[in-house]
Amino acid sequence: MTRRTPDVAPVTWLGMPAFPANAKVQLANDRQRANLTHATRTIRAKRAAVVSEVDDWEQLRLAGAAIKDRTLRHLDTYLVEFEKKLKAAGATVHWARDAAEANQVVIDVTRAAGADEVVKVKSMATQEIELNEALEEAGIAAWETDLAELIVQLGHDSPSHILVPAIHRNRSEIREIFLTEMGRYGRAAPDDLTDDPGRLAEAARIHLREKFLRAKVAVSGANFAVAETGTLVVVESEGNGRMCLTLPETLITVVGIEKVLPTFADLEVFLKLLPRSSTGERMNPYTTMWTGAHGLDGPRDVHVVLVDNGRTNALADQFGRQVLRCIRCSACLNICPVYERVGGHAYGSVYPGPIGAVLTPQLRGHTEAIDASLPFASSLCGACFDVCPVRIEIPDLLVHLRRQVVDEHKRGGLGLERLAMGVLGEVMGNPHSLRAAQIASTLAGKLPIPGIGRKLPGPGASAWTTSRDLPMPAAETFTQWWRKRSDAPGTDEEPDR
Amino acid sequence: MSLFITCINDTMFPHTGRAVVSVLERLGCEVTVPANQTCCGQMFTNSGWFGEGVKSVRAFVRAFADAEVIVGPSGSCVGSVRHQHPMLADDAGDAGLRHEVDQIVARTRELSEFIVDDLGLVDVGAHFPHTVTFHPTCHSVRVAKVGDRPQQLLRAVDGITVVDLPHAEECCGFGGTFSVKNPDVSAAMGTDKVAHAVASGAEYVVAGDNSCLLHIGGLAHRTKAPIRTIHLAEILASTQDAPFMAGAAR
Ligand code: SF4
Repeated sequence: MTRRTPDVAPVTWLGMPAFPANAKVQLANDRQRANLTHATRTIRAKRAAVVSEVDDWEQLRLAGAAIKDRTLRHLDTYLVEFEKKLKAAGATVHWARDAAEANQVVIDVTRAAGADEVVKVKSMATQEIELNEALEEAGIAAWETDLAELIVQLGHDSPSHILVPAIHRNRSEIREIFLTEMGRYGRAAPDDLTDDPGRLAEAARIHLREKFLRAKVAVSGANFAVAETGTLVVVESEGNGRMCLTLPETLITVVGIEKVLPTFADLEVFLKLLPRSSTGERMNPYTTMWTGAHGLDGPRDVHVVLVDNGRTNALADQFGRQVLRCIRCSACLNICPVYERVGGHAYGSVYPGPIGAVLTPQLRGHTEAIDASLPFASSLCGACFDVCPVRIEIPDLLVHLRRQVVDEHKRGGLGLERLAMGVLGEVMGNPHSLRAAQIASTLAGKLPIPGIGRKLPGPGASAWTTSRDLPMPAAETFTQWWRKRSDAPGTDEEPDR
Repeated sequence: MSLFITCINDTMFPHTGRAVVSVLERLGCEVTVPANQTCCGQMFTNSGWFGEGVKSVRAFVRAFADAEVIVGPSGSCVGSVRHQHPMLADDAGDAGLRHEVDQIVARTRELSEFIVDDLGLVDVGAHFPHTVTFHPTCHSVRVAKVGDRPQQLLRAVDGITVVDLPHAEECCGFGGTFSVKNPDVSAAMGTDKVAHAVASGAEYVVAGDNSCLLHIGGLAHRTKAPIRTIHLAEILASTQDAPFMAGAAR
């Protein structure tokens, strides 16, 4: 059977090389680096400007974190309440333990509606479960309708950012993609298309219009799910979401179980935090809320798929579970110096950047090389925590996960690192052996510290000196100098022993 | 006060330690250097080796048990004592250690904090007739939270010209073992930092952390970039009579 939607590479993320190898490849892509630097700098500045307008920003962050933490502690209760309210409002609720179960629900509901295509609202949850590919295999075409998602889909590409999936592309690349690909999947782009943003958006609008008007089924995610009322909320900028959520007869919403909020009033906090943190706007252009089905008004057949897919693993870790506070604003990506240089594809997951580095290993575990390497894909500079609207302690979480990776691998690999760390642990825990090691190191011109040393045990051997020079350790350590000075006659300092 | 020299300064940058002693003694402090100190253990903790990290916490607590005030010329190491030592003590389930850590943390200062807050000084009588730019290291700002104290001290130095560092708040890419576990990204970040430092027009890029300067300086040296690195303490130690000896290898 021939494909109906553009094929994508990589189709699946697992089995990717570890982060440092991916990063090396991405770093060599000069155009992508220039695009990323420009885009992240711009959005960072916008965010900083609108956040600085809010006097009680810190209180809002604290409130956001507190509401999410309380919800996560009682998640079972709120989820059941949400299900009850949804059913009472005429919606059908499905529970999915993993990606395969969730995808099957969407396939079944779409087939039952007699449809062989769906229009999609941009959604991280459906990216996570790789819904589009599952639908394609089932003979159902999934059309992305968010501008950036459309660019990615038509470009046979994968998203590299949570909010701006095509952040790694510039205008002229987008024009090329539209000109060559649009006609294969629907209405072609006009021949005289330029790289003017208005013209590009117009081409996308015309291309998508026929899909909106034809579609019987829409698939969305949700930013928030209100337990008290059974209300789902989608926050967006382009109006494509509003089209998908109101035009088709059947609406299927795929929601991670952590998206639930206890009360409608809680939305106040998050609808302030989210737009300023993500797009750097005071308010986003479109906020759509719906509660079940309402006869002829909007979709008549409303389905909600509540997905676990590893979230309960994260929930079981008392420190790690704060990752489930995340509202996918992407502020941490935009501020991250590592993300800015390597882009999203290096992270081997639909969740890139700092949040990806702490979320992916908790959702998938860390048996794959890429997942085990993610907690180390950070200089721990801490900029991500400063901008996170729900105060996720990403640097501490990274360290927490590094520890899990190390503990898990202690018996297996890590032989040389274990040797180095074990020896150094003893040295640094014991002043006498530190002094002895220092004497040896100043004599031999090498330091016993990984990351500083000339001769690092393990695969990082030449990692420092490939691009950096290293001064010789001093002939005399400070401590040696101090002792001599204190011992010297004529000084009145007490030698401290 | 008791000097927490930090392992990297002790071994790689003894002249920074000597500069700290020089400026603090000039300001009338009685400096002691507890001989049985080792390191903050951050390298272990950040690499995921908590068991090894807590050994450093115990050693730190023992070494500085009698210290009145503990002063370290590193925002990163002081930040680690403040932020990670309590975490490691809790993780080890050792309430006694946690108690000792809390007391020690309350007495621990980064160098610029000690001078500005405890000594109440911004003008330390230094003289440094050069153009410099200041890199606020991530851990000094975001973990130790030293604020703009280093800049206050710098601006009060006689003869100095302080110019802005473009994108100063961005990480230099050192990140401890990040620099060897992700060497390409680390070098890419550092290369940008060097370029910004050069663009500032300064002769020296100044910071309160020699670990970051080791990385920035190593990249600058390799690429022959026209910028040198210097620790804040060395500028503060420099006077008209005893100018900073630039002989120290960087
Ligand atoms: S971790 Fe925080 S900053 Fe990053 S996407 Fe989630 S909410 Fe936004």
